[in-house]
Amino acid sequence: MLARFRALRSDLATVTAAGRDPFGVAFDAILSATEAILDGKRVLLLGTNNYLGLTFDQDCIDSAVAATMAQGTGTTGSRIANGTYGGHAALEQRLARFLGRRHAMVFTTGYQANLGTLSALAGRGDHLLLDADSHASIYDGAKLGNAQVTRFRHNDPDDLRRRLRLLADQPGEKLIVLEGIYSMLGDTAPLREMVEVKREAGAWLLVDEAHSLGVLGAHGRGLAEAEGVEADIDFVVGTFSKSLGAIGGFCAFDLDDFGALRVAARAYMFTASLPPSIVASVSQAIEAMEAQPQLRNILRRNGQRLHAGLAAAGFALGAMPSPIVSLPMPDRETAIRFWNQLLDAGVYTNLALGPATPGGKPLLRMSVSAALTPDQIDTAIAAFTQTGQRLGLIAAGMAAAE
Amino acid sequence: MSDEQLVLREITGALEELGKRTVPITLETSLLHDLSLDSVTALDFIMQLETRLDTIIPMDGMAEIETIGDLVGVLTRSTSKAA
Ligand SMILES: Cc1ncc(COP(=O)(O)O)c(C=O)c1O
Repeated sequence: MLARFRALRSDLATVTAAGRDPFGVAFDAILSATEAILDGKRVLLLGTNNYLGLTFDQDCIDSAVAATMAQGTGTTGSRIANGTYGGHAALEQRLARFLGRRHAMVFTTGYQANLGTLSALAGRGDHLLLDADSHASIYDGAKLGNAQVTRFRHNDPDDLRRRLRLLADQPGEKLIVLEGIYSMLGDTAPLREMVEVKREAGAWLLVDEAHSLGVLGAHGRGLAEAEGVEADIDFVVGTFSKSLGAIGGFCAFDLDDFGALRVAARAYMFTASLPPSIVASVSQAIEAMEAQPQLRNILRRNGQRLHAGLAAAGFALGAMPSPIVSLPMPDRETAIRFWNQLLDAGVYTNLALGPATPGGKPLLRMSVSAALTPDQIDTAIAAFTQTGQRLGLIAAGMAAAE
Repeated sequence: MSDEQLVLREITGALEELGKRTVPITLETSLLHDLSLDSVTALDFIMQLETRLDTIIPMDGMAEIETIGDLVGVLTRSTSKAA
């Protein structure tokens, strides 16, 4: 049984040979939404997904503390077995109201939201159509269920249309699964075109707004809001672990007869529900997200600043400016060396290697936060520029010439 | 041309396009051992074939595909069904 891990282990050994273990970084202390202490040194956090910087929001902290005092540290079981606490139901209603949906169901993580929703929604004889660059939780949710699973080319409405045409005379429901912002490159789904395909085929559409909730749309409801197609989205999945600064996941929808999801989704039934502290901080974070739309503007500006600075330094970047900025690396070794040298320079990013990345290509992935100051972003750009020049990825002097 | 010949020709074409036609292709050729397709390239390869043959290979069937012969089997079944 352990033989299977041998290849993985030798892979990991190559990765760590160049310095630290990128997948086992242990911070001594977290100072704020943007800084931590690593090996006794202050580092800038540029890979947190903490888009609105709410992890240190005082109101969120206060409500989490108050909820712990009042209700204890945990629920010690699932809602099916141990019951629903007042906060769970209130959070679901609050979230549904925020998203403009009739119902919302809260899960313990975003991973479990996809696992539970996808495996329960599409049953035997149904069809799931997944974007090839889907997050692991979407693939795993598909694997857990009994539907027939088909992948279409990333962000390619024509390939999706072709596949739905081939499936047209097969019985069963068809559920298309997309992401608002794709986590590795930060590119968005061509949602309006996808909605057209969905309508033509009479399929259902689920959008995972994990990285776009609180980030896109005038009110932060995600890509569907930004593209004006919310009425065509049947299911919205998301997470509390990114813009809302805590942990948890959800699925929201308008259909009244999906209450049975609660007893059909195994990832909902057979795992403990969120503790009172998290339910309270997430509820408060929704208030903060609604009350402070300026956070989204700052976030957008920060993303643009980082993107523009790196482009000016001569880096070829993945996608359009978004809160996720990804730097494609020529090979694994360079990626690992770049990541290590950046950390030596005091900047923490995410090293992303295949097969978790599009096309299996190595990436340095950054995500900005509204809590970053322009100075912090400029410091990061300078560290990137120096490292890039040292490794020969960009020509020296380009940044100075800007 | 038989279904099988047609499918084999498209398989060879797709491998060529990916720069992975590194050994002579027979029904016994193993995708992993002879062609060293990793999971990412294998996905590319499968998607290319799906486009070329205008068909769908469901993901749950993929685990059983080890050789070119297995793939031909799956594809001749799925193309005749789609036609
Ligand atoms: C698209 C997508 N869906 C789901 C998840 C899982 O979310 P969580 O961290 O809450 O389990 C993530 C985050 O890693 C994601 O990027």
